[in-house]
Amino acid sequence: MLGRLTWSAIPFGEPIALYTGVVVIVVILAVLGLITVKGWWPYLWREWITSVDHKRIGVMYFVLGLIMLLRGFADAIMMRSQQAIAVGNAQGYLPPDHYDQIFSAHGTIMIFFVAMPFVIGLINFVMPLQLGVRDVAFPVLNSVSFWLTAAAVLLINVSLVVGNFGRIGWMGYPPLSELAYSPDVGPDYYLWSLQISGIGTLLTGVNFVTTILKLRAPGMLYFRMPVFCWTALAASMLIVAAFPILTATFVMLLLDRYLGMHFFTNDAGGNQMMYVNLFWAWGHPEVYILILPMFGVFSEVIATFSGKALFSYRSMVLATLAICVLSFMVWLHHFFTMGAGADVNAFFGIMSAIIAVPTGVKVFNWLFTLFRGRVVYRMPVIWAIGFMVTFVIGGMTGVLLAVPPNDFILHNSTFLVAHFHNVIIGGVVFGAMAAYNYWFPKAFGFTLDERWGKVSFFCWLIGFYLAFVPLYVLGLMGMTRRLQHIPDPSWQPLLLVAEAGAIIILGGILAQVVQLYVSIRTREQRRDLTGDPWNGRTLEWATSSPPPAYNFAVLPRVETIDAFWEMKRKGLPHNQSPGAEPAYEPIELPRNSAIGFIIAFFAVIAGFAAIWHIWWLVLSGLLAIAVTILVFGWSENREREIPAAELARMERLSLGRSR
Amino acid sequence: MTIAATIDAAPTELVPGRGGGGPAPTRIVVAYGFWIFLLSDFIMFSGLFAAYAVLSSNTAGGPTGRDLFNLHNVFIETMCLLVSSYTCGLGAFSAERRRPDLFFVFAALTFVLGAAFLFIEIREFAGMVGAGAGPSRSAFLSAFFTLVGMHGAHVTSGLLWLAYMAAQVAGKGLRPNVLRRLVCWSLFWHALDIIWIGVITMVYLMGAR
Repeated sequence: MLGRLTWSAIPFGEPIALYTGVVVIVVILAVLGLITVKGWWPYLWREWITSVDHKRIGVMYFVLGLIMLLRGFADAIMMRSQQAIAVGNAQGYLPPDHYDQIFSAHGTIMIFFVAMPFVIGLINFVMPLQLGVRDVAFPVLNSVSFWLTAAAVLLINVSLVVGNFGRIGWMGYPPLSELAYSPDVGPDYYLWSLQISGIGTLLTGVNFVTTILKLRAPGMLYFRMPVFCWTALAASMLIVAAFPILTATFVMLLLDRYLGMHFFTNDAGGNQMMYVNLFWAWGHPEVYILILPMFGVFSEVIATFSGKALFSYRSMVLATLAICVLSFMVWLHHFFTMGAGADVNAFFGIMSAIIAVPTGVKVFNWLFTLFRGRVVYRMPVIWAIGFMVTFVIGGMTGVLLAVPPNDFILHNSTFLVAHFHNVIIGGVVFGAMAAYNYWFPKAFGFTLDERWGKVSFFCWLIGFYLAFVPLYVLGLMGMTRRLQHIPDPSWQPLLLVAEAGAIIILGGILAQVVQLYVSIRTREQRRDLTGDPWNGRTLEWATSSPPPAYNFAVLPRVETIDAFWEMKRKGLPHNQSPGAEPAYEPIELPRNSAIGFIIAFFAVIAGFAAIWHIWWLVLSGLLAIAVTILVFGWSENREREIPAAELARMERLSLGRSR
Repeated sequence: MTIAATIDAAPTELVPGRGGGGPAPTRIVVAYGFWIFLLSDFIMFSGLFAAYAVLSSNTAGGPTGRDLFNLHNVFIETMCLLVSSYTCGLGAFSAERRRPDLFFVFAALTFVLGAAFLFIEIREFAGMVGAGAGPSRSAFLSAFFTLVGMHGAHVTSGLLWLAYMAAQVAGKGLRPNVLRRLVCWSLFWHALDIIWIGVITMVYLMGAR
């Protein structure tokens, strides 16, 4: 009846996991209770849960990423603490079994459920506004994508309380992840969660590519699109081209585990290195899915706060597309030690080093944009400058790793760990924070506090260097990654420095929470009534803050790059301009839809049942999803119309507020 | 011509959905989006094809493709699928011409041919499993059953979708939104043919040598 699920799935013997689980459950119940007592459910259901508005969905993605950042960071600080104290005779406080779960959880959550929601949330919120349109191509599908991601987040976190996390690293390499060596449910939680979120991500990619290629404001030619939209297009094409590989790979591993097949097993002709190749054929494009949109963020931020157009827009676009293509030709550098031979390794080493060229072009373009600009040092541009310094260092250590003889020495050492944290924290996290400070006023109508923002930034920056520079050194000294116990006491001083760095980063995260709290408390003084708090250049600043559901009452006409800047310069009428009222036409908007939430609900049930081999429940869940889709497929009247008179009234209201 | 000059020489006429003439009409957006999705499906299959290419000689002492494949069956299967694409095309054409009666005839033909394809495939699979050549026998057979089975699963969902579309045409008539979905369905059905051409070439023709 309940498959493999018994009381022994609850980790009564592991106090850390058990107490954490209990605390998380209590917090969730408290939040749900508060919502119920305050009677917020109808509002949440109407305005957020069933919303198909790209702006709302973007905000929800970002919030999901922030919450999971806390979970992933808790894992990180536990690992750092373990390594700082478990030296020589001391064994630390985490047994190997639990430590292995924690580093697997940290990597999986940070990549799939922090970095990806940040990126997709940002594109969701910003891209349609920058293109001057009213929504993405398939708004309801967008909601389905979000809720599938949320379902995967829920599912993977259930493993904290029911069962266990995999002990297989975030890549889930076989044969360790095969049934023979991991008979527990850990790999199944990993595989099913990532399949569910992978479907969501793929549908998002399809949605974004279609939006950018087929829905743009009149006159928005390709070479008039903001750089962020270009990077969003490149990242979305990479999603469409890379995520299916991951899906196929996980299908094979699942078939190995559930039906006794032999894709990656040790016996009957299985081939483990095929998994590693396929995984990184997705995995390397994935790192560019994460970083390219952040390059777009920095391009927007640096141009805006320098008060001038981006230096060499076209080379920026071409560099983006070059990286997009090259990202598919370097996957083997993740495992030069496979033994593919000197020729193959040389090819992939050279290709990897070549990616530094278009990236270098971008860095110089940003520098030349800042050069002789009137730089206004607000939080977004401060994050951008921190990024430029940090990311260049990370990029250069990457080029070192791209040289196969170096890599043979440094493979799987903490030098590698330091390198990829260098580019992911310095690139993706700093980018997400720059974007958060930059577009927050657009989303909520008031700016964020600068003082606490600076505290947060400097904690992150200093904490990052303290936490990871020691790991570079330790890697050169021979320390491998994922050590639960440190055999060499001479490594301890540097590990203590790294621990201190992690604690300073914690300070940075707390400062961000305080920044948000302070900003909300003082929001009346920091209202953005113009819709354009930074003297922006692109179309998202041409609407009010927050924008109305339809974004633009009249679709803007684009004549140049930096369209909004041009409108302001020429004094052309745009959404805020007083005076002549344009001839409004009725607007069709998609109606709210619960289908995303319903599908995700049953996906959680089906996924959980599959993990525990409760087959009747798997079938019921899948059947429920099928019925939901069929019923939705039959429905009509999915749009509602805003009549012109109503539109004019709403616009007059918002203009009146801004004057 | 330099890259910059090429970019400057790009056409700038304002056609909706092309060159920045404003958003494209829904009909175009839906079909275009579905095409992008199909491309991603092709890439998923390419992962399975790659796995088959790597594992096809890893028979672990078990039966090989030569022992198992019956090209006679495969030929009939292929003909069923290819002809079903032809009838699918005729069905789409009838729908565009607003002829629901003809559409139902061709939809039924397509369904029967697709079902015949599936029947032959399932019989082949059952025969192999019965002879001890199931998917857990060797890495080669794991890859074979997964690749061909994934195509079969797509054909199955294509048939269910076709039945649903026929119900929509019967219930709602050939309205614009039903026609849009029909376009997506027929794109899907043709895409399965393309995959199948890859399957017969790589799996059956190369494997039966």
